[in-house]
Amino acid sequence: MTPKAAHDPDYNLGYLDEQTKRMIRRALLKAVAIPGYQVPFASREMPLAYGWGTGGMQVTAAVLGPDDVLKVIDQGADDTTNAVSIRRFFARVTGVRTTERTVEATVIQTRHRIPEQALTEGQIIVYQVPQPEPLRKLEPRETETRRMHALADYGLMHVKLYEDIARHGRITLSYDYPVLVNGRYVMAPSPIPSFDNPKMHHSPALQLFGAGREKRIYAIPPYTEVRSLDFEDHPFHPWRASNCCDLCGAADSYLDEVVTDDRGGRMFVCSDTDWCADRREAGHRGRLAGHALATPRADDPA
Amino acid sequence: MSDRAILDVPILDVTGIGVRFGGLNAVKDATFSLWPGEVLAIVGESGSGKTTLLRTLAGELAPDSGQALFRTRAGEVVDIPRLAEPQRRALARTEWGFVHQNPRDGLRMAVSAGGNVGERLMAAGARHWGHIRAEAAAWLARVEIDGSRIDDPPRVFSGGMQQRLQIARVLVTEPRLVLMDEPTGGLDVSVQARLLDLIRTLVGELGIAAIIVTHDLAVARLLADRMLVMQQGRIVEAGLTDQVLDDPQHPYSQLLVSSVLQA
Repeated sequence: MTPKAAHDPDYNLGYLDEQTKRMIRRALLKAVAIPGYQVPFASREMPLAYGWGTGGMQVTAAVLGPDDVLKVIDQGADDTTNAVSIRRFFARVTGVRTTERTVEATVIQTRHRIPEQALTEGQIIVYQVPQPEPLRKLEPRETETRRMHALADYGLMHVKLYEDIARHGRITLSYDYPVLVNGRYVMAPSPIPSFDNPKMHHSPALQLFGAGREKRIYAIPPYTEVRSLDFEDHPFHPWRASNCCDLCGAADSYLDEVVTDDRGGRMFVCSDTDWCADRREAGHRGRLAGHALATPRADDPA
Repeated sequence: MSDRAILDVPILDVTGIGVRFGGLNAVKDATFSLWPGEVLAIVGESGSGKTTLLRTLAGELAPDSGQALFRTRAGEVVDIPRLAEPQRRALARTEWGFVHQNPRDGLRMAVSAGGNVGERLMAAGARHWGHIRAEAAAWLARVEIDGSRIDDPPRVFSGGMQQRLQIARVLVTEPRLVLMDEPTGGLDVSVQARLLDLIRTLVGELGIAAIIVTHDLAVARLLADRMLVMQQGRIVEAGLTDQVLDDPQHPYSQLLVSSVLQA
């Protein structure tokens, strides 16, 4: 964990001005009160391009307090460009402590994954969302999708799943798999793998979703029912590669496939770098333990 | 006796429906009733208000005056223009169906034929894939679409097949009232004949009530028990189909009948 520091005095605390943070907090309160409902908000320009996590960053900026500990992951990894730059950004404009360890964090901003380590009460996970509307690819009109949400008219969503089974014999959707929140709203869980969907169900952590370009915020309060849509005879099946992690040997984590040479060599590694490092420190060893990819945790990248 | 009693109650009671588009009176004071199992044709020239009246009955347009009382399967009487949107949608999924003139308006062109037929079932709450597919296959067979085409999208179908698929999609939830807007428009004569045959068979088998808007008197002659003639938004003549076609009373009906070679 990095130590607490003073924030850059050239910026307001958390980069956004106080009125903007209030506006986002009001949207968040409404979102928590209506689980899964997309609350419109006046998304601001952030110092990076749309699609790089501007929605998640605005939510993080609005909820981060001086005593919070921030963790940022991108595809499960703490050490990719996007994760490092967002973590450094918040270290600079808020001065909060940052960490790579899931257990130490109070706020986790994520792109495309939920950590393997089970989240606990009091933690907040902030998702970066590119497309908050689960019906968008099926119904291009925003007026119509909002009406469909208002009337819980979700037959169309099942048409998409029907088509998948008709064409491939099973539901092939493996990420951004639509869920029904609290028995009411169909929600896009952001492009997390369907493997992570069950972790959203009755999670003790508060889950917040920010879509900067689409200007929507939505939320799942702790201990809320989150069901993945499916058919009675084709139940939801979370997908993962049927291998073990080549570094730590984990057989139950979500894996990335890494091409290692141009002769067909490849390895599977945990996408959650913190989880993998923890397991290696605890003495677990995979098929390629000691490989160059298994770098030790850089505790202070900033 | 009980059957008689059911048949004596109209499924749809339309009283004084008026629709205005700005200064234009598209439909004026339309009043008629429809009984279960009956096919009613609305004929008239383009711009006479036929489609406007039909869309009002489907709840898609709000009339400026009048009421349209619909008797649901449960025996409840609802006024279609005054239904709340959620209830209107629920009824539109289960109690009535709308067949568009252009199948592109009524079908999802990128979704397979089976998905198109299954959509209404899924919207009505069906969640068993095998059952939905079996039902879709059965309906494709009833509208004479080969079972091997179940996974093809309708954009690769011919016009006649698209129209038959649209009918299957509407009838799959066995509605009690079907509204058809020029169902044979834009099809060649032989395809029209097959489609009319199919509609007549299905309507007869299922005992559903239907309102068919058409400008083609031959379609009315073939399908309809009764017909209404509309001119400039007003119903100028109503009666049994044969009666109206063989012995038209209103000057406009006489003109309409005489302008066809042989109806």
